[in-house]
Amino acid sequence: MNSVAGINMARFVLLLLLQVVICNHIDFLGYINPYIYIIFIFLFPVREDRLVLLFVSFLLGLTIDMFSDSGGVHAAAAVSLAYARPILLKSAFGMLYEHQSIKFSSTDIGSLMTYISLGTIIHHTILFSLEIFNISNILLILKKTLFSSIFTIILSVLIIILFSRNRK
Amino acid sequence: MQQIFNFVIRNKTFLLFLLLFSIALALTIQSHSYHRSKFINSANFLTGGVYGTMNSVDQYFDLKTTNAILSEENRQLREQLFNLKGTKDSSYIDSSYSKGHYKITIADLYKNSYSSTNNILTINKGKNDSIKQDFGVMTSNGIIGIIDNTSKNYATVLSILNVKSQINAKIKSTNHIGSLTWDGKSPVYVQLEDVSQFAPIKVGDTIETGGESSIFPKGIGIGTITSFETDISGDTYKIQVKLFNDMTNIGTVYILENLDRAEIQSLENKANE
Repeated sequence: MNSVAGINMARFVLLLLLQVVICNHIDFLGYINPYIYIIFIFLFPVREDRLVLLFVSFLLGLTIDMFSDSGGVHAAAAVSLAYARPILLKSAFGMLYEHQSIKFSSTDIGSLMTYISLGTIIHHTILFSLEIFNISNILLILKKTLFSSIFTIILSVLIIILFSRNRK
Repeated sequence: MQQIFNFVIRNKTFLLFLLLFSIALALTIQSHSYHRSKFINSANFLTGGVYGTMNSVDQYFDLKTTNAILSEENRQLREQLFNLKGTKDSSYIDSSYSKGHYKITIADLYKNSYSSTNNILTINKGKNDSIKQDFGVMTSNGIIGIIDNTSKNYATVLSILNVKSQINAKIKSTNHIGSLTWDGKSPVYVQLEDVSQFAPIKVGDTIETGGESSIFPKGIGIGTITSFETDISGDTYKIQVKLFNDMTNIGTVYILENLDRAEIQSLENKANE
């Protein structure tokens, strides 16, 4: 039990630093950045209390906001993603989720991709809508959401596969 | 009473989500509607420390460019100095600093940002170096923005690449003024709005600070005109300005403090009463 908490705390700090030190400054083609800190929310233990997840996601988002001077947009997007997570898990993994026996390190790639893509699109849509906060710029919102989502999904899947221990 | 408790316990996840989401939304709206985002900003001990470490590593990769910029600036200053000597006897007056006296502080840029629509930068000087809100920030090429929040050792800068930013500017060849804004699209171009229809405008003309506000002195370069069009109302021009500064690559900045600011402001307040 303790080691699970330890791993998650280390993941929190590492992803936070990775996000603010490297990923916020990539600016590929001028505006495309990956937001890989949401891997923390994706990989949070399924059996853990949902209230804890909501609260920790809020904290993570707020810290990112502090580093990037963006008000509360990351906090809002992260909390929404954390709240929507059970639905995503159910639609991506089906029966595995109902039996509470998902191991992210040993699920098949297809389900993992579905899970991460859906989550990333929800998160990025809320993030950019709130950041730009102007309905007349809807094209800009969609453009940023699309390109950043692609970037985030690719990086997230790669990182999860790379760091899972017992994948063949 | 029992039912209320039951309701809260049954929907505790949704209620917590609603609470946290409202807090986040309130912070977002507050940062959009007011000029200053008070609570969550990067001028604090934690973010400053992380960005400081990052900056000290980052600087080494940039030494060559920094050197080139410095020697170019040296050349410009030397040129100005020699030109000044030559014209001392005539009635030439350096108009750029005639309005007031400015104190200049050097700072390192700790966090640059240009990809969002509300870009805010972080620098490593703060209250301890007597930096206050509404000081101007520039590089040798032109203006960067205005100081927003300050903490003990750090300050945030409201970049000119921020849709909330509005800076007084004028066309160099004439004295027609306008306000400099940004449409949030490209970090290379800003827009000069509300320029009178009577102004003679040519593509390639220089835009500089107007000196109407007490933040920047008159005559700091901003950029050149690339295109212009008549506003929908038909009385004013909307001008596209290409910045002199490469906003994606800024190392060292200068902070300008107008020592006459208090005097100018008290005078203007008196006139308003």
